[in-house]
Amino acid sequence: MLESVLQTLIFGILVGALYALAALGLSLVFGVTKFLNVAHGDLLMFGGYASFWVFSLLGLDPFLTIPTTLVALVLIGAIIYRVLFIRMVKLTEETKIKNTLLVGFGLSVILQNLALRFWTADDRGITASYSGVAFTLLGVRFPLVRLASLLTALVFLLALHLFLRRTYTGKAIRATVQDWEAATLMGIDIHRVYFLAFVLGAALAGVAGTLVAVNYSIEPSMGLNWTLKALIVMVLGGLGSITGTLVGGLALGLTESATSLLLSNNYREVAGLVLFILILIFRPQGLFGTKEA
Amino acid sequence: MLNLQGVDAFYQDIQALWGLSMEIREGELVALIGPNGAGKTTTLRAISGLLKPASGSIQFLGADLGGQPAHKIVALGISQVPESGRIFTGMSVLENLELGAFVADARKAKDSSLKWVYEIFPRLEEREGQLAGTLSGGERQMLAIGRALMAKPRLLMLDEPSFGLAPLLVDQTFELITKINREGVTVLLVEQNIRAALELASRAYLLENGRIVGQGTGKDLLTYESVRSAYLA
Repeated sequence: MLESVLQTLIFGILVGALYALAALGLSLVFGVTKFLNVAHGDLLMFGGYASFWVFSLLGLDPFLTIPTTLVALVLIGAIIYRVLFIRMVKLTEETKIKNTLLVGFGLSVILQNLALRFWTADDRGITASYSGVAFTLLGVRFPLVRLASLLTALVFLLALHLFLRRTYTGKAIRATVQDWEAATLMGIDIHRVYFLAFVLGAALAGVAGTLVAVNYSIEPSMGLNWTLKALIVMVLGGLGSITGTLVGGLALGLTESATSLLLSNNYREVAGLVLFILILIFRPQGLFGTKEA
Repeated sequence: MLNLQGVDAFYQDIQALWGLSMEIREGELVALIGPNGAGKTTTLRAISGLLKPASGSIQFLGADLGGQPAHKIVALGISQVPESGRIFTGMSVLENLELGAFVADARKAKDSSLKWVYEIFPRLEEREGQLAGTLSGGERQMLAIGRALMAKPRLLMLDEPSFGLAPLLVDQTFELITKINREGVTVLLVEQNIRAALELASRAYLLENGRIVGQGTGKDLLTYESVRSAYLA
């Protein structure tokens, strides 16, 4: 019994870190631009396919496909921003959220159909040569691929944290989140900040997609499900806090695993949604968010 | 240095400025006074590029500001301390100051500017690592002014720097503004504290309903009958 509890805990943490990474980009984009990009999960799906392609064509180690996936998603993000989202920069916050929702859903349909055309509806996955390898500690299994994924997720969370805290550009992004008009008066070009945040968000979705392809499988209609996960984590953690996003991701991962263990695997998704509703009722600013901003 | 000619500005359908013309010469301390809703803040927003004038021209050191975005106007040498400071409360005092020096030229001189700002406001150096949101009202105002100075402005625009401050701090703030002006920074001061502003300023403009209705040296306006009866009585 103890072993299965521990095992549940470990798997909860491993999947939770992935949820955190999936939410990181959505949260960054929403925090900076107030664009609620519901096609975030579809960008994640494209990231998975980008890695799948490089992996199948070149036979690289799955984790070494991350750099090309980053580049691909930066380009895709840049195009999507320039063609679609740039038109919504000047709207008031409420209209912006509404309009980006509509645009996001449309974009989601387009990206799904593109994926169907390029890669068919079959499930695809990336199987590393060491995918069966796991080591056992106290009767608990630690699969190598999952551990490497956890590490990757943590590296990207930390990297974004340091970027926002230590660099001039990062500080400009944080200033824009707090008060975009005051940021403009500092000489910050908020259009560039918006663009940068959007592209970074797409790139982060891409890496999360790689990890999904390595740990699970990918298919063209997976996007909405991942947007939903990311949204739950974003609401759980509260906006503008990377620590919050990590904790939110872990909370969702652990809740899901605990539900599988205690009830049944069928209720995993339900548990996440219940958690989502509870947070909205009792702590709408999120676990780590402040009421304002 | 700064020249506004016949500037009209609107908020949606409501006209806020009507053919506004004013001039600020290098080294001056000019006050812009008037009642609530006269268009003082709007004038500053039009100069700093946050609000695009519908017509008229705004020239600064030979450059036309009319069509330029706000972030470029900062780079040309105009800094604004917005009403109630608008500091970044979730960031440290030092980070706020660093952001003040965001534009390329100011960033090169960041270290010397920081020294200068700390000389003017030693309190900010003591609070360097603190979150700006934990500062007192007076310290917040210091930080807002210090942040604007970090951009090494040729023209500093202050929007009601005395608002919400205790009387003693108001006097100190005005002294500091005079000091900053003497160090070579041209100042455009928007104030509701009219007597203090007029005593400080070399020249002043009186704004009512979006129009300039009076101008002259501070002393002229202090004795100007309509100003006396309306604001100083």
